[in-house]
Amino acid sequence: MNVQFRDRPDPSAPVGVKTAIADCDIHPARATADELYPYLAKRWHAHIEAYGKQAYHGMMEGPPYPKAQPNASRRDAWPPEGGPQGSSLSFMQKQLLDPYNVALGVLNPLASGQGLRNQDLAGAICTAINDWQIEKWTSKDKRLKASIIVANEDGPTAATEIRKRAGDPNFVQVLLLSRNVEPLGQRRYWPIYEAAQEIGLPVGVHAFGFGGNPLTPSGWPSFYIEEMVGHAQCQQTALASLVLEGVFERYPDLKMVMIEAGFGWAPSLGWRLDKNFERLYSEVPHLKRKPSEYIRDHIWWTTQPMEDPERRDHLFQVIEWIGWDKLLFATDYPHWDFDEPSRVLPAGVSDANREAFYLGNAKKLYGIS
Amino acid sequence: MARHVIAPVDELPPGTRKFLDIDGRPIAIFNIKGEFFGLLNRCPHQGAALCEGPLIGLAQSSDPGEIEYTKLGEIIRCPWHGWEFDIRTGQSYCDPKRFRARAYPVNVEPGSAVVKGPYVAETIAVSVESDYVVVDL
Ligand code: FES
Repeated sequence: MNVQFRDRPDPSAPVGVKTAIADCDIHPARATADELYPYLAKRWHAHIEAYGKQAYHGMMEGPPYPKAQPNASRRDAWPPEGGPQGSSLSFMQKQLLDPYNVALGVLNPLASGQGLRNQDLAGAICTAINDWQIEKWTSKDKRLKASIIVANEDGPTAATEIRKRAGDPNFVQVLLLSRNVEPLGQRRYWPIYEAAQEIGLPVGVHAFGFGGNPLTPSGWPSFYIEEMVGHAQCQQTALASLVLEGVFERYPDLKMVMIEAGFGWAPSLGWRLDKNFERLYSEVPHLKRKPSEYIRDHIWWTTQPMEDPERRDHLFQVIEWIGWDKLLFATDYPHWDFDEPSRVLPAGVSDANREAFYLGNAKKLYGIS
Repeated sequence: MARHVIAPVDELPPGTRKFLDIDGRPIAIFNIKGEFFGLLNRCPHQGAALCEGPLIGLAQSSDPGEIEYTKLGEIIRCPWHGWEFDIRTGQSYCDPKRFRARAYPVNVEPGSAVVKGPYVAETIAVSVESDYVVVDL
């Protein structure tokens, strides 16, 4: 019987997952503040150093960290070579991609140019982020695919960036955030949907972002825990707006992914919209179908944060409303609310649904063979 | 059940912890203000290396606005989702009935007793003059 000592256990030694999975929400980070400079015109280096990056919220440095853990991240996710969590490809491979057998990992960079007030700077940084994603991530590990980051408040600029990436196999979706200047169905965002439909990629809507408005419709809450649940409210606003403004009528081939805001609320939003629609139809006559039908046909949902009701049959009922073919597994690595793939789905799921949940749906949606 | 000699007491001063593999099980031994405790280094929630987390205190409140912060340095916070566990007992604070971290009894034994056994200490040279941290597994 041997007793072995180690200074630290290997934090990247998870239980492991045998069958391949997709992880549809991974957050890559920059190792240093100026890591984007090679992808940005000199003019912007000087601009950023002189004026900073002003966002729609009041805080120069973005949302205050830490949020529950440093950088809102797992404490075991600091790369050994330094830099913030999520900034090292080799450590991501060792801690996430290899042990969990990730066959497809979708990158959603968050600290991007989205939500900056200077639209030219926003556009330049978004383009730089996209180039950086190819060079630092997707060209180095074929399992990884990038999201096209766009200056979301500037529809035409965003649409140009989307069309520029048409047919580039490094990219599998366009990424928006849920907190914007106006609800996401409004016309300023339509050029984004038009371009995405044209190049055949889904549009992801990730929780967070900087619209300048408080997180809740009635002001700033006191606690981070309110922020965590508030993302579902924001996402509901976005989804109602997308449906009611007629985005899915206008762009019938558009597919959208609701990322990191839960999905347990989806049936109730659908029921409420349908019930009101029966009476208030004449206000939105451009809708040709019941609101819930647009939701069920056009919306995919990532699982993290996975709802965890006391009774698993409640979870299954929700998923049945949404459709087993519409869920995309996600870990949210390296963030602290990471979902461990082997532990999130309760027992009692058929093999076919399990395969769709972990891999099949994502491969189909993102066109990965 | 076997008793394992983990380290000389001097090697684990108060406030420190030591990570080990014993029979393939990841264990962490803590010295909390001179007392020793052992926990399985695997979170009962989703399996993170629980003992990598920070040592914090326990925030409790009898009424909104009244906050008491006790047990400083005796609560471990999981590095992933932040569930909190009492190092002394493994008790969780989010759902004490359903979840508990596996705790192992840890003792301090004089070298003279360790030399006699029944202990396993292949990797530690034991001398009768010192005290040793011993875990039951
Ligand atoms: S794995 Fe420890 S709190 Fe979730």
